[in-house]
Amino acid sequence: MSAPEQSTTTSTLERPTLSLRGVNKSFGAVQVLHDVHLDVYPGKVTALVGDNGAGKSTLIKAIAGIHPVDSGTVEFEGKAVQVTGPRDAARLGIEVVYQDLALADNLDVVQNMFLGRERKRGIVLDEASMEEAARDTLAKLSVRTLKSVRQLVSSLSGGQRQTVAIAKAVLWESKLVILDEPTAALGVAQTRQVLDLVRRLADTGHAVVFITHNMVDVFEVADRVAALYLGRVAADVPISEVDRTQVIELITSGRSGELGLAPDALED
Amino acid sequence: MSSNTLTAAEASGPQKPAAGFEGDRQDNTVGGAVRGYLNKLRGGDLGALPAILGIVVLGILFTILRPGTFLTPLNLANLLVQSTPIMVLAMGLVFVLLLGEIDLSAGVVSGVCSAVLAQLLVQVGVSWPIALLAAIATGAVIGAFTGSLVGMVGIPSFVVTLALFLGFQGVTLRIIGQGGTVPVREPVVRALANENVPVTLGWILAAVVAVSYAAFELWRWRSLKSRALAHPPLVLVVVRVVLIAAVVFGVTAILSVDRALAAAIDLAGIPYAVPLVVLLLLLLTFVLSRTTFGRHMYAVGGNAEAARRAGINVTRIRVMAFVISSSLAAISGILATSRLSSVTPDAGAGNTLLYAVGAAVIGGTSLFGGRGKARDAVLGGLVIAIIANGLGLLGVAAYLNFVITGGVLLLAASVDALARRRSASTKR
Repeated sequence: MSAPEQSTTTSTLERPTLSLRGVNKSFGAVQVLHDVHLDVYPGKVTALVGDNGAGKSTLIKAIAGIHPVDSGTVEFEGKAVQVTGPRDAARLGIEVVYQDLALADNLDVVQNMFLGRERKRGIVLDEASMEEAARDTLAKLSVRTLKSVRQLVSSLSGGQRQTVAIAKAVLWESKLVILDEPTAALGVAQTRQVLDLVRRLADTGHAVVFITHNMVDVFEVADRVAALYLGRVAADVPISEVDRTQVIELITSGRSGELGLAPDALED
Repeated sequence: MSSNTLTAAEASGPQKPAAGFEGDRQDNTVGGAVRGYLNKLRGGDLGALPAILGIVVLGILFTILRPGTFLTPLNLANLLVQSTPIMVLAMGLVFVLLLGEIDLSAGVVSGVCSAVLAQLLVQVGVSWPIALLAAIATGAVIGAFTGSLVGMVGIPSFVVTLALFLGFQGVTLRIIGQGGTVPVREPVVRALANENVPVTLGWILAAVVAVSYAAFELWRWRSLKSRALAHPPLVLVVVRVVLIAAVVFGVTAILSVDRALAAAIDLAGIPYAVPLVVLLLLLLTFVLSRTTFGRHMYAVGGNAEAARRAGINVTRIRVMAFVISSSLAAISGILATSRLSSVTPDAGAGNTLLYAVGAAVIGGTSLFGGRGKARDAVLGGLVIAIIANGLGLLGVAAYLNFVITGGVLLLAASVDALARRRSASTKR
């Protein structure tokens, strides 16, 4: 490959934040994930690509503890962990920003950012400290698109909702942020804002997994790319080692020249 | 001010066509607050407006139609006492409606609890505190049962509570006995709706409520402002404090007039049921707006899946909503028992539930979940009680009474559905 040195420096100097080894997951008789290996590094954006049904959503739900894995090991910051529920994942510092956003429309921005982890004084909610923390986080991410942290989420645009969802992940000092197609339903300007935000997220030291169908987004923001094909990881490489055509081949056939799955792996 | 970190950059940048946010940006000027409120109305969130309009319009209407009788201290006191069981039942329903569920059995649960209360007092002869606690505990147990069927088994709430609506009528019939009426003469229970707080004590209570409300609101405003957090303009806070004080003192003044028809009897003061409802209102408002539990109720009602992913125990919230609803139904049953000084086999059946659902919805609680406050039950309960009371004064035939009340509920539900459509279409 053209830049072998770069690839060795990233993988030897940096310890992966999340490391999956031989992860399997079935729903009844259907095996959705086969022997998945994946490394996600701090300060890097890893684009997770794959066709519909390749297992992207299942993989992130497994990492998030919504559908715990059947077998294989999950290492978080070098330690083997068991993630059996959303709370386990949150405790480790894994935050998922879902495609359908998982925000409550009838609550305001602050209330959504602290949902499930409200700050209290005695039994009373500590609204003041929550609002201050929310403002700080939004300022840290240089968010300029929100007019008030006390407006209801129902009044926000798609890009603003995405911003709130991402800021929520940052608020929790998370180490790994997983974004499920954050730009799928957005216009040009809003996509720009979200991509900038994703970049800032990595630049502030977070490990970022970015799921997308959009090749432009991948090459614009990602440091690494992991391609899933029929539930298997076809490749998990630095972005500098692949071009657009190769990524598309990996998505559609699981192979691209030297890269990808061995032909016999695809037989069963 | 730290809010400027969010807003200043935006204001200097090119203006996007996001006129809906203007009100929020200047949230500490009166003009901004008024614009924000108008935007909220336009967006479909009518809040307490329909209920307040309803109270004013219906009040004027019945005053014109029955000038000598409607707007008298005696009738207003009656109206308030009539409204208390509806309000309390509706407060419970607000919790269930917040989750987008329905409790069709709330009315008959209040009947079962009344029957338990009456038979404990009359047949078993226990003291009043035990009887009252037993009635409320009965409600809580029934609520846990209903909630488990909805939350754990996963049966739609309208089916569960429709079945229980029938079943519990049978239970009440069994406890009271066919055709029988159990008179309740226990003085404390009777006193709730039939005795009054001494006039002086009433004024003291009113003053305490008004002053503490004012002190709390001003303290909160100051602390928000000093920490540079989002806060309403001071003028608005003052207006709200003055309005609440005016209502509290106004009601106290009317109820402190001697309203006895015969000169020999002295009948003045606030009926005990009224401060009880105020107490419940304060308690439930606190729970819904200032505690984690309340926050999670709204979250589950707004987006149950989001709440689940945030680690909230959705099943527990569902069960608790029904426990609260049925416990408040029991208190509503106690108030109804007190007012009638007896329990009949059909207690809580008929239009009881319709009134309470109507009260909650007219007050501004959404049937689709996620929106509602304890205060909705009180405002809506007043509207319903005014309609029932006014139609009674007019001597309207029973059939018309049903038709009109049903019509009002339909109207309120239509407003709710249209508001929801409106807020969905203004979403960008």
